[in-house]
Amino acid sequence: MRNDVHAAFREVGKRFGAVEVLRDVTFEIARGEVHALIGENGAGKSTLMKMLAGYHEPTTGHVEVDGQPVTLRSSRDAEALGVVLIHQEFNLAEDLTVAQNVFLGHEPGRGLVDDAEMVRRTREALALVDVRLDPRTRVRDLSVPQKQLVEIAKALSRRARLLVMDEPTASLTLSETRTLLDLIRRLRGEGVTVLYVSHKLEEVKAVADRVTVLRDGRLVTTRAAQDLSPHEMANLMVGRELTDMFPGKAEPGSEVALSVRDLDVPGFAGGVNFDVRRGEVLGFAGLVGAGRTEAFEGLLGLRRRSVGRVERDGRPVRIRSAGDAARHGVVYLSEDRKGKGLLVDMPLRPNLTLMTLERYARPLLDPRAEQRALERAAKEYGVRTGRLDVPASALSGGNQQKLVLGRILEVDPRVVILDEPTRGVDVGAKRDIYHLVHRLAAGGRAVVVISSEMPELLGLCHRILVMREGRVVGELSGDGLTEQDVIRLATGLTREEGASHVHTHH
Amino acid sequence: MSTPTTDPTATPRTARSVLARVGSLGPLLGLIAVALLATALNPDFASFANVSNVLTRAAFIGIIAVGATFVIISGGIDLSVGSLAALTAGTVILIMNALAPSLGSGVPTVMVGMLVALVVGALAGLAHGTLITRGRIEPFIVTLGTLGIFRAVLTYLSQGGSITLDLKLSDTYSPVYYGSVLGIPVPILVFVAVALLGGLVLNRTRYGRYVQAIGSNEQVARYAAIDVTRVKILTYVVQGVCVALATILYVPRLGSASPSTGLLWELEAIAAVIIGGTALRGGAGRVWGTVVGAVLLVTIENMLNLTNIISVYLNAAVQGVVIILVAFFQRGRR
Repeated sequence: MRNDVHAAFREVGKRFGAVEVLRDVTFEIARGEVHALIGENGAGKSTLMKMLAGYHEPTTGHVEVDGQPVTLRSSRDAEALGVVLIHQEFNLAEDLTVAQNVFLGHEPGRGLVDDAEMVRRTREALALVDVRLDPRTRVRDLSVPQKQLVEIAKALSRRARLLVMDEPTASLTLSETRTLLDLIRRLRGEGVTVLYVSHKLEEVKAVADRVTVLRDGRLVTTRAAQDLSPHEMANLMVGRELTDMFPGKAEPGSEVALSVRDLDVPGFAGGVNFDVRRGEVLGFAGLVGAGRTEAFEGLLGLRRRSVGRVERDGRPVRIRSAGDAARHGVVYLSEDRKGKGLLVDMPLRPNLTLMTLERYARPLLDPRAEQRALERAAKEYGVRTGRLDVPASALSGGNQQKLVLGRILEVDPRVVILDEPTRGVDVGAKRDIYHLVHRLAAGGRAVVVISSEMPELLGLCHRILVMREGRVVGELSGDGLTEQDVIRLATGLTREEGASHVHTHH
Repeated sequence: MSTPTTDPTATPRTARSVLARVGSLGPLLGLIAVALLATALNPDFASFANVSNVLTRAAFIGIIAVGATFVIISGGIDLSVGSLAALTAGTVILIMNALAPSLGSGVPTVMVGMLVALVVGALAGLAHGTLITRGRIEPFIVTLGTLGIFRAVLTYLSQGGSITLDLKLSDTYSPVYYGSVLGIPVPILVFVAVALLGGLVLNRTRYGRYVQAIGSNEQVARYAAIDVTRVKILTYVVQGVCVALATILYVPRLGSASPSTGLLWELEAIAAVIIGGTALRGGAGRVWGTVVGAVLLVTIENMLNLTNIISVYLNAAVQGVVIILVAFFQRGRR
């Protein structure tokens, strides 16, 4: 029995200064299982997985690998024991080739690097994850899922027997996620152990053998995945019954708030037309790369584009920059929170007031008025933090998102475009954001939600437009919507199958 | 800012923030230490005449460095300020000399000269900003290019020698450098005014906030509906005007411009900004720190002049050591 334990945490605790982030956590990861670790942001799961991968040392208790207590002082120590962490934001040097990345720090050859050997062995490693890719390709030129596979190949090439995966599907589409889950199952079949950290409970249900739930730095339970539904997992994470994840949909108004015709973003999207009414939540579904983000960035003038006609409340308007858009009451929340949304190094106050500074300039900026606005906004948008004078990077993902949402809503917009509004956000904050979207719509605003999470689109939207390869390919509405309907349109499966079907028959 | 709280984590955080605050006062503490040391070694250092001399000399670099603070916080750099100062000085002298026969050697001619300086500085900044934003060329490259261009044009105009201000004009102009109000030399007064205005603009205006936001993350600023191009161009214009102001004060000092005028000023200005605690990668910074940095650099040179412990020929070496030390103590603060 003891032999079956690949790794274990024994009464592990961790403090950072006076802050206790983990207390008395004990559980075992069996050899060859997929073990999911779930919990809200701040529950301590990332600290725990980093301990196993050698990035943190426990303050109390210890970590065991292969039945032996171990002290892991660096990721190299962990790697030597076959434990590798695959980061959510990949640890790849963008300007190096795939092969150079796979062998970074372990280059074959003495003196001079043996390039041929490196390429050959990289090809072998890539074959393990079933990806056909030239090892000489620059990582910069890879797609997100390809980068992920390269990370896994890199780990396997270093004889990893225990993969720690941090939110591996955070930026993958549905079909890419399926491919990854299949790969994880195959690796398990070959005896690899996986510690799978994710917010996406459906995936956890689909791939994990056992699930460990953390809440507020403590272990809640470890159970077989087959005994838990995603809903029960969410309840265990939050510690209370999460019932009304999605509020009821109010009837939308009849006036069109924003009407867009013939929007073209060269290389990404073409001929995009849509109307969104006051009080309506309009969803945009599609695979990553379907051109949804690019279309809306184009609409706001953040990319090169051409547009036939844009009307706000029935009046034609010209939007050539995000500034024009804001003046016409149209705001956009980027999917890339750290890159395009949040000033992570700056405090909360300037982050909140960035788009509404003219309100506080009389004519010199009034920091006290800004501070009052921050205190009000923190309550209004549910930004939960002990102190308001910290940099934005100190907030959890959910609170960061609420802060950026607060910034664009301070403009008092009439049309709110939200791109992946709940990416990297925990269950509790997700629910808050869904309710906020509902409140916005109920208040007569038009809301556009771009999302890769089906339940989110189905739960929030009155109407869903599906994009594929830069075009709007279908519209779905009504209560009887299912994920299958959306996926069919997004992937174009039925149409192509139908076409080839017709073709063979003639 | 911290309020009493029952949060158990509050105590160490407060302790840390006190340390951080002391750390952020580093340049000022350094300046006080150097000043005390200099006074101990030679009591003449603390004399009114000497302090006034130090501050006057610090004014040139200091005024330029206030402009550089904006450029660096916005995530840019301007390497051309020394060359621009030389070119501006030469142009101003040539124009004033040319105007003297018709307009006379009085105040009007000098006023025209000053105006020309401001226009030249602003235009140079406009050109930098436009090339950097609309032309999408790295600021380092653009201003490295103009660093060469400006000085070469001045060298051509002076035919390798020096351009000298007409003697009569020089008499009219000299109070701008040598004059004083209530015993305080004019350059110091202008320096103080520029620093106060700079601090106010950086911390209490929308423009200042936008400069910080752009330096912190330009994409975020763009997505937050800020006119990034305009703000960045304006930053280089502010730098150009600061160079013009410093040049206006500098011309009457020697009454001439030569290919060696303003040599290496760009490095001293950047050093003053960095010593003052502004991050070279942009996003965060402060004007008062820059002022302290500029004064500190001149104080070191002055101390070496007044004492015989270290040869004044090693001035640049001592300054270099100070820059590295300051950077060492400030590392990882952000």
